[in-house]
Amino acid sequence: MLQINNLHVKIADEDKVILRGLNLKVAKGEVAAIMGPNGSGKSTLSYVIAGKPDYEVTDGEVLLDGVNILEMAPDERAAAGLFLAFQYPMEIPGVATMTFLKAAMNAQRKQRGQAELTTPEFIKRVNAAAELLGIPKDMLRRPLNVGFSGGEKKRMEILQMTLLEPKMSVMDETDSGLDIDALKIVAEGVNARRDPEHGFLVITHYQRLLDYIKPDTVHVMSRGLIVKTGGPELALELEANGYRDYQSAA
Amino acid sequence: MPAIQETIDQVKAIDVSEYKYGFVTDVEMEKPAKGLTEDTVRYISSRKNEPAWMLEWRLDAFRRWKTMTEPTWARVSYPQIDFQDIYYYAAPKMNGAPKSLDEVDPAILDAYKKLGIPLREQEILAGVEPQNRVAVDAVFDSVSVVTTFRAELAKAGVIFCSISDALQEHPELVRKYIGSVVPVTDNYYATLNSAVFTDGSFVYIPKGVRCPMELSTYFRINEKNTGQFERTLIIAEEGAYVSYLEGCTAPQRDENQLHAAVVELVTMDDAEIKYSTVQNWYPGDANGKGGIYNFVTKRGDCRGKNSKISWTQVETGSAITWKYPSVILRGEGSRGEFYSIAVSNGMQQVDSGTKMIHLGKNTTSRIISKGISAGRSQNTYRGLVSAHRKATNARNFTNCDSLLIGNQCGAHTVPYIESKTSTATFEHEATTSKISEDQLFYCMQRGLSAEESTALIVNGFVKDVLQQLPMEFAVEAQKLISISLEGSVG
Ligand SMILES: Nc1ncnc2c1ncn2[C@@H]1O[C@H](COP(=O)(O)OP(=O)(O)O)[C@@H](O)[C@H]1O
Ligand SMILES: [Mg+2]
Repeated sequence: MLQINNLHVKIADEDKVILRGLNLKVAKGEVAAIMGPNGSGKSTLSYVIAGKPDYEVTDGEVLLDGVNILEMAPDERAAAGLFLAFQYPMEIPGVATMTFLKAAMNAQRKQRGQAELTTPEFIKRVNAAAELLGIPKDMLRRPLNVGFSGGEKKRMEILQMTLLEPKMSVMDETDSGLDIDALKIVAEGVNARRDPEHGFLVITHYQRLLDYIKPDTVHVMSRGLIVKTGGPELALELEANGYRDYQSAA
Repeated sequence: MPAIQETIDQVKAIDVSEYKYGFVTDVEMEKPAKGLTEDTVRYISSRKNEPAWMLEWRLDAFRRWKTMTEPTWARVSYPQIDFQDIYYYAAPKMNGAPKSLDEVDPAILDAYKKLGIPLREQEILAGVEPQNRVAVDAVFDSVSVVTTFRAELAKAGVIFCSISDALQEHPELVRKYIGSVVPVTDNYYATLNSAVFTDGSFVYIPKGVRCPMELSTYFRINEKNTGQFERTLIIAEEGAYVSYLEGCTAPQRDENQLHAAVVELVTMDDAEIKYSTVQNWYPGDANGKGGIYNFVTKRGDCRGKNSKISWTQVETGSAITWKYPSVILRGEGSRGEFYSIAVSNGMQQVDSGTKMIHLGKNTTSRIISKGISAGRSQNTYRGLVSAHRKATNARNFTNCDSLLIGNQCGAHTVPYIESKTSTATFEHEATTSKISEDQLFYCMQRGLSAEESTALIVNGFVKDVLQQLPMEFAVEAQKLISISLEGSVG
């Protein structure tokens, strides 16, 4: 379960304030969506949850299963079960995707005190997940994200989410830049990982994604605050009326 | 990945700035007084019982050296070296040259074992996995203490021994080739080396022979205030092939020590020499105290048609590195290659690169250089590609990439290109990048620690070059690179 209380965030070394007392709760197994106009602080929220150093938390707390994770390093948060699907995934030249996946999986297993995966077991898992997401094998041998199309990069994020088996996944605009077929594949990948133990925070600008990933809850974010919370119908309302009503609400 | 993991574990297990090979071995040594005069040169030559022509050659070099001045064009700085304050010869006390391993001081065998080069086990394992055998020449300060697998190599016609032994057993070969690639007066340090070189390896591969195993030399500087002046000569006759690797380490000391080597390679028609270096001399401490001055001249001569010389280097050690392994592409259709990874951390200074001198028709060369700078280090790639008037259709491809870790280090690329023929094609690519905070954060979000993330990104950066190393050394080198960068992530 993810619980965020009164979160105030500014850019480190600058005065610019982005989150201004944000509250949010995502229950175990819940799929919560955050929608909001560009610049409202959605990516900032996802980065702060994951521990990116560019931001400074001036007040508030972020609890994962009741534990405040704000003092933890990003890799410790990952080992605790937090996953962030990046809006802009990074390229890692020269590092084969397979190598990266194995390193990440084993690093997390080690932090959790589990034994390393054997190579056959690792390959079995990767192949199964890749097939589900329509990722060809030769892509797994290429350096991670280097020269991948926007859609391929997003699929690769979902592949990593599937393999790392987090209990809380934050997905930052995973739908942006996807055509409808890619969007369906990504949504299927997410839906396949829905279970009572796995919560999702799905950040999106458009309602479209929520046709394929049905959220339990929808939050509207504007100027660094959650300004409205409702059910799936809220997304449809936003689609029809746009964000105009909320721009001034904050 | 296991290599990376092992690296991380090793790094964690040791103190910051602790150099793994910094131990000192207690051995009784024979050393003449410090300083350099004609008598020093005579002493070295007589100690090695050299032929008269060799002594004359050395004395000639010494006289010329006295008229020369130290070069200053490299982007490195260090206090004036006092050449009279160095020991030029230091050898473990032995009754004559050891005939077998049993006659070598156990302390020395133990030192090599600690370095991960068990000289005895080498032979014991000999019968087990022939394809993995590596013959080793172990050079301890000024002398070669043992060369393994000599007898077995001799069966294939391969000569692999110390250059001192070669001067006794094959003086005609040494005389024919020594100084034929790097002339006595080539440069200040090469001339000094010609006067006072003490030991090094000699390899001769006869016509049509593919050397049946990897050859390697491990250089160890143990004594204090001692210079190491190694001389290596490798000759591959028509159609011959050899892969050779050198490794280097030294104890951790507060004083700087000089290592001035000369390596000469010669390939005849269709021959190939693949020369790999894993250089890990003591780099000095985090504040730049101590460390080896590695001033080295390495050059290959593709004398025959369609011959090939390939240099691969992984440079992680030394306080200062000044080194440009080069190839003279004389034979028609010959090929030169230079693959380099140069890592600098702390206060290290690296000025390294290559020269590809195209003299013959249809000659080709390829340069791939990866410089990684961290800490407050300075890392310069300096390279020359030239084509002579007769070198029609000469081709070169150069790629120089620099990776910066942190904000206090520097990377510099200085390429020189000279072409006297309009038919030459020279391509040059260069990039400088930083390990970005965003890349690190991305890796860490997946569960990798800061060190693991850096190691992964750096290994990706150097992959093209690591692939050029013999398999077993590539893993070693990968570990070494990560260890060298220890403490560089903040
Ligand atoms: N590292 C940063 N440095 C400076 N400004 C930033 C940084 N990250 C975000 N911002 C600013 O904060 C605001 C919110 O950005 P962001 O979190 O990316 O919003 P969203 O994802 O909702 O579009 C924007 O005005 C953006 O320019
Ligand atoms: Mg965003």
